[in-house]
Amino acid sequence: MQELTTTRHNPMIDPSMTVWGWEIPVYLFIGGMVAGMMMISGYFLFKGRDKEINCSCYMLPFISIILLSIGMFSLFLDLEHKLYFWRLYTTFKITSPMSWGSWILLLVYPAMIANMIIRPPQKMFDLLPFTGKWSKKVNEHPMLIKNIGVFNMIFGGMLGIYTGVLLSTMGARPLWNSAMLWVLFVVSGLSAAAAFVHMIAKNKYERELLAKADNSFLIIEFAVILLLLLGLLTASQTHIDAAHLLISGPFAAVFWVFVMGTGIIVPLIIQLLAVNHKIKHTPVAPILVIIGGIILRFVIVAAGQYSHWFNVHFK
Amino acid sequence: MARYGMVIDTIRCVGCQDCVVACKTENNVPEGYNRDWIVTEANGKFPNINMEIRTERCNHCSNTPCVACCPTGASHIHDVGGVVLVDHDKCIGCKACLAACPYDARFVNPEGYADKCTFCIHRVEKGEDPACVSVCPTHCMFFGDLDDPNSEVSKLLQSRKHHTLIPEAGTKPNIFYLT
Repeated sequence: MQELTTTRHNPMIDPSMTVWGWEIPVYLFIGGMVAGMMMISGYFLFKGRDKEINCSCYMLPFISIILLSIGMFSLFLDLEHKLYFWRLYTTFKITSPMSWGSWILLLVYPAMIANMIIRPPQKMFDLLPFTGKWSKKVNEHPMLIKNIGVFNMIFGGMLGIYTGVLLSTMGARPLWNSAMLWVLFVVSGLSAAAAFVHMIAKNKYERELLAKADNSFLIIEFAVILLLLLGLLTASQTHIDAAHLLISGPFAAVFWVFVMGTGIIVPLIIQLLAVNHKIKHTPVAPILVIIGGIILRFVIVAAGQYSHWFNVHFK
Repeated sequence: MARYGMVIDTIRCVGCQDCVVACKTENNVPEGYNRDWIVTEANGKFPNINMEIRTERCNHCSNTPCVACCPTGASHIHDVGGVVLVDHDKCIGCKACLAACPYDARFVNPEGYADKCTFCIHRVEKGEDPACVSVCPTHCMFFGDLDDPNSEVSKLLQSRKHHTLIPEAGTKPNIFYLT
C-alpha cells in the first residue's frame, strides 16, 4: 500500500487539475471544425467548383470567420491575465504550440478573407464597395483562385493540427501525451465540418459528396480512437491508467455513449443507409456528429487534466 | 554557470510546516495558496511500514516543460543558477504551464499570472538562503550549487542515498530527497 497525504490545496490544482473549463474544449472544437471547413472550401476552389453558382465555398468563409471569432473569444475568456493577450504577438516561441497557434491564426484569417473576396456576400459588398473591384480582379485569374484554395487547405490543416498538438505536447498529462491526438482532432474536425456543410449545402452533388466523405471521416475517426487507446494501453502504467479513464473509469459513460455511440456509430449507420438510398437524408446524423465532436473535446480535456503521473500510486 | 538546487533530508524532516509559513510570509503568497507544502508518504502494510515526510515545491527542473510551452516567454530560466521564474508582466494566464508541470507546482495567482516557488532568488542574489531553508528548525534543508563539487549539497548527494520526484517524467528535477 502507498498513501500520500499533502497539505497543498491550491485552487484549480487540488484534488485534481481543473485549470481549463468549458472555454478550451469549445475553442478546440470550433478551431477543428473551421479547419475542416477551410479544407473543404479550399478543395472545392481547387477543383474549380467556384464556377457553380450555389457552391458552398462561397458561404463557408463567411461562416468560418464568424465561428473562429467566437472560438477566439472563448479562448480570450479563458485567459486569467486578459489585458495582456497582446503579449502573444511580441514573440515567437518555437517550442510552444500555443505560440504557433496564435501566429497560425494570423495566417488563417487572410486565407478565409481571400476566399470570401472571390464572391463577397451582398452585405459585405454594400458595406465595403471596393470589395467588388477586388473580386473582379481575382476572378480574372483562375490560377489565383486555385492557389487561394490550396492556401485554405494548407492553413486549415495547420489550424486543425495545432488544436491537437496543443494538448499532445503536455508530457505531464499521460492521456494527452500521444502523437495520435492531432490526427484524431483533424479527422474529427473534418467530420464535423463535412456534417455541417452537408446540412447547409444548396447543391445536391455537394450534399451527397459530403455525406459520403463524412462516412469515411467517421470510420477513420473510429479507427484513430482505437489506435490512440491501443497506444496508451501498450505504454507505461501511467498511460494505461490514463486510457482506463476513458475505457472503464469516470469518463467511460460519456465517452462510450456520446462520443463513440451517438457521435460516431449511430450517425455512421444513418448516413450509410442514406447514401445507399435506403432512407432519406435528414439533419439528424450531421447534428449527432457535431454534438459528438463537441463532447469528444470536453471528454479529452477533462480526462486529460485528471490523468497524472501520481495516479499510478493511488491504485 | 551555477545550477542551484535543494537537498532535503527526509530523515530529519518532521513536517512542522515552518518552511510553508516562512515562504508565505517572505513572498506574500495569497491566502489559500501555497508555493511549498508538506507531503507524507506511507509505504507498506502494518507492521512492515515506512514513512517519508518531505517538503515539496517547484523542482526547478533542468528540462523544463513549463518554459517550453509558455507562448510569451514569461516562464523562463533565470541567468543566475538556472532558477525557473515567471515574469508577471509577460504572463497572459493561459495556464499551459500549469498543465505542463508533472508536479502541479504552479497555481494562478489571484492577480492573474502563473505563480510558483522562486527559490527566493531575491534573497539568494544577496547571498542568503531561501526563506524556507533559513527557518527550518531541524536543519533538514540545504541549498546550493549542484555544479560545484565542493558545495554542501553536492557533498550530501555524493555521500547519501537520494531520490527525486517522478523521475520517469524526464524533467531532471533539481530538488533531491535524502533517504
